[in-house]
Order: sequence, then structure tokens, then C-alpha cells
Amino acid sequence: MAVNDRLVTPKNKNGLQSADEMQLTKKDFPWWMVAIGVIIAATFWLIQVSPDFKDAFEIIRAGLGVTITTTICAYSIAVLIGLVVGLGRVSESVVWRNISTIYVEVIRGIPLLVLIFFIALVLIPGLTTALSALGSLLTDIGLEGIGAKLAAIENKSIPMNARAIISLAITYGAFSAEIFRAGIQSVSKGQMEAARSQGMSHWQAMRHVILPQAIRNVLPALGNDLISMLKDSSLVSILAVRDITQIARLYAGHSFRFAQAYSILCVLYLTLTLVLSLIVKLIERKMSNERK
Amino acid sequence: MNENNAPMIEVKNLSKSFGTLEAVHGISLKVFPKQVLVIIGPSGSGKSTLLRTMNWLEQPTEGEVFVDGISLWENQYRINDIRSNIGMVFQNFNLYGHLTVTENITLALRIVKKIKKEDAQRIAMQQLMKVGIADKADYYPSQLSGGQQQRVAIARALAMEPKVMLFDEPTSALDPEMIKEVLDVMQLLVKEGMTMVIVTHEMGFAKAAADEIIFMDMGKIVERAAPEVFFEHPACERTQQFLSQILKH
Repeated sequence: MAVNDRLVTPKNKNGLQSADEMQLTKKDFPWWMVAIGVIIAATFWLIQVSPDFKDAFEIIRAGLGVTITTTICAYSIAVLIGLVVGLGRVSESVVWRNISTIYVEVIRGIPLLVLIFFIALVLIPGLTTALSALGSLLTDIGLEGIGAKLAAIENKSIPMNARAIISLAITYGAFSAEIFRAGIQSVSKGQMEAARSQGMSHWQAMRHVILPQAIRNVLPALGNDLISMLKDSSLVSILAVRDITQIARLYAGHSFRFAQAYSILCVLYLTLTLVLSLIVKLIERKMSNERK
Repeated sequence: MNENNAPMIEVKNLSKSFGTLEAVHGISLKVFPKQVLVIIGPSGSGKSTLLRTMNWLEQPTEGEVFVDGISLWENQYRINDIRSNIGMVFQNFNLYGHLTVTENITLALRIVKKIKKEDAQRIAMQQLMKVGIADKADYYPSQLSGGQQQRVAIARALAMEPKVMLFDEPTSALDPEMIKEVLDVMQLLVKEGMTMVIVTHEMGFAKAAADEIIFMDMGKIVERAAPEVFFEHPACERTQQFLSQILKH
């Protein structure tokens, strides 16, 4: 194997290992990945040979679409929120800085499960009530066009899937805001000064000089957030959203095949996160090569 | 130098405090067009802070700065416009790490001066030839030596066609063998008649290039003189002491 060849060829005449070679020796063969691969393969083999497993798999698999679309939609919104709030956290305006900080601190101080309940069952109903009240008001003062549309908004008209996505997005928006903030602060102060000294506005410097470097620095962290969100998307099952977790729970509940349902559920998440983490690692490696 | 000219930079009774620490205390000076002013002094003497007030990177606590007759205090709303006429070179180069050498130079040309891409690239190439690294146009800053990076930084500032150039210890972060290539470029600018304010520890360069030398200590101007006088017959004891410290070896 290529890696081993490099290990046995001493590059230093004095027999000492260079820092590079020490790194190579420390790097284990990824046995852990093989082990996980075996677990996944074994489960899929079970699905092939055991009718119980096959039955469970066929049913639970139907939730994959919901799990994946929920994750992707919520994540995209979360990154947008995170970018805006992250910029707010380092903003020159006291007002923006404080609003952003309040958002981040409030979200981080409440458990995700509780937040999902609150946003889906309190915040969104509250907002719809407020909007339809506003609609009636507008209709009364003669703005019937917009008024009628707003008044028609009912709590029922927002499906649980959308509420789940909004809840996850609001929560993870706070996490990614912190990632963006750290990324922006990781770019040296001199970059901003150089850009400003050339006559760029604060925002131009942010957009053309700071953010491109900040985002590059935080891509791995953002990737890890995506993995976390995929796992946390299982929590939306409490809103009866039919993701893989919810379907597995329902299936286990009335078939009593707990072992089959939850093993398959575990392996499905494991497969998804493993694929994602491999992608994140690839991006990380590509970027560290580019830096050299 | 023609004293009848309007000064390019005028600092009037300027003070700058950071909290309770007063970095610059009541300084006044004038830099006339085509003049080269060198500011020297021990570290912590306030010379970088003074320089950085000249393009408003530091806001003075008291006093006034005029650039080309324009009061910076009164024109803060168009500070970006004013800054685009003031080139600045930093100790740590501060090249934009994610952009190539050419892109480093064209960025501000394009978004601040709204120059078309092809024209900006032509300007960048001219400036790179001037500082002698046109062959590195497509490299990233991290692939260049310190001296090369600083020359790119100078080219980036020059590309904006500034009326005045500010240098904040441009050779202090360089390996000794790279200092000369940067000083050579700066010397070239002196010959071309660029108005320059330079904070530096390079006494040889100061002697050769400066029209006037200001020696600062504890936030104040201790001595100001033409280089011959300054190095041969310093008037103040503090200046003599400083010069004997750094010229001893």
C-alpha cells in the first residue's frame, strides 16, 4: 500500500522521523470505518434474508424523503439566518449587535425539543392569529386586497412539516450564527483595515474581503452542523411529521418488532451521517491542500 | 520644497487616547506635496497611531487632520472617497489571502473606482512591473516571500493613484535579506516625487530619502530636522540617546 511504502522509506539520513512522517505513523488505518461498514452491510444482509427486517425496512424507508427534505430545507434557511445574525453579532450598530445576541443566547439556552414544541405550537399559532387580525383590520380600513389574504391565514393552514422545518431552522440559525461570527473574527483585523484604507465601505470590505475568507474557514464546521441537524431532525417526529423516526415508532408500536424497527432506524441514520461526514472530510482535505 | 504650496497633509494639535492611555499628545505637522516625511521613535511612542489618524483608521480624540485641504472630521460621511486618494502600506502586508496578486490589486479599482475589468488588469500589470514582480501575477499571497508580498501591497496602493502614501513600518516584519527590495521600491517612489509619510526603523533609508525627520517619544514630537542635521547634530538629549542605542552596532 502506498502509505506504508512511504513509512518504511526513511527520508532523514540520521534516522530521526520528520514531523511529516510522525504524522503518517500516527494516522491509523480507518478500522473504525470498516467496522461501521460491516454493521451496515450486516443489517442490509438481514433485510435481504429476514422477512421481518424486510417488512420493517420497506415501511420505514418511506420516511427517508421527509427526513432528507426537512433537513435540507431547514439547513438552508438556518445558514441564511446564521449569516445575517452572524453579521449582526459583529455589526458596528449596537442595536443589531444586541438583537442578534439576544436571539443567539435565547435559542442556545433552551433545549431543542422544548423549542420545537414552543415554535410549532405557540409561536406559529400566535403569529397566524396576529396576521389574520391584521388582515381584518386592513379590510376594515379598505385595503381589501391584502386584507382578505391575510385574514384567510389560519393556524390550520400551516402544515406540521413546515412548522418542523421552521423550528429546526430557527434553532440551527443560532448555531450557525455563532459559526459565522467565529469565522469572521478568525480573519485578521488587518484585512478589514487594508480594505477600508483603499476606500471600501464596511459592507464592501465585508462582502469582498472578509466573508469569502471567513466562509472558507468555517466550511467544515458548517458541514458538521448539517450532520447534527440530520440527526436532530428525528425530534420533529413529536410533531407527528412522518420522517423515518416517526414511521419506525409507529411501526414498532403496532407490530411489536422493536428490534427490527429500531436497528433499521439506527443504521439508516448511520449511513446518512457517514456519507455526509465523508463529504465534509473530502472538502476539508481539498481546502487544506489548496492552502499549501 | 516650496512652503507656499498648500500642504498635502496637515495635522493640527492632534491627540489620541485609548482609554486612559494617551498615545499621541498635541501634535501638529505639515507634509507638503512631493515631500517625504519620516517618523522615527521607540515602540509605543505613538508614531503608528499618528500615521493611522491621517487616513482616519484611528479617530483622533482631539485636533484636526486635513488631507489635500479637506478636513477629515467634517467629511467623515465621505471618508471612503477621501481614503481612495491615500495609499497605505502596513507592517504585515495585509494582502487579501483569498485573491491572487492581480485580483488583490484590481479589487478596489473595480468596486471603489468602478474601473472596467480589462482596464483594472492593465493597471495592475503596470504596477506589478514597476515593483518588479509581474511574473507572480497569478500567485496567491501565501506563495510569495515577505518581500514580494510587501511589494504587491505597495503596487496595490499605487494602483489607486493616491496623492499621498502612508507607510507603517513596511520592513519591520521582513527577513533581513528582503528589506532591500522593499526599500528599493520606496526609493523609486521618492525619485518619482510621491508625497510620503513613513514610519520606519531603517535609519539608512531615512537618511537617504527623507526631506524631514520627526523623532517621537511618549506621544510627542521631541525633535524635527532635516536628515543631515538630525543624524549629525541632534539637538535633544533623548534623540541622542535613541540614536546611540540603535546606531551602536
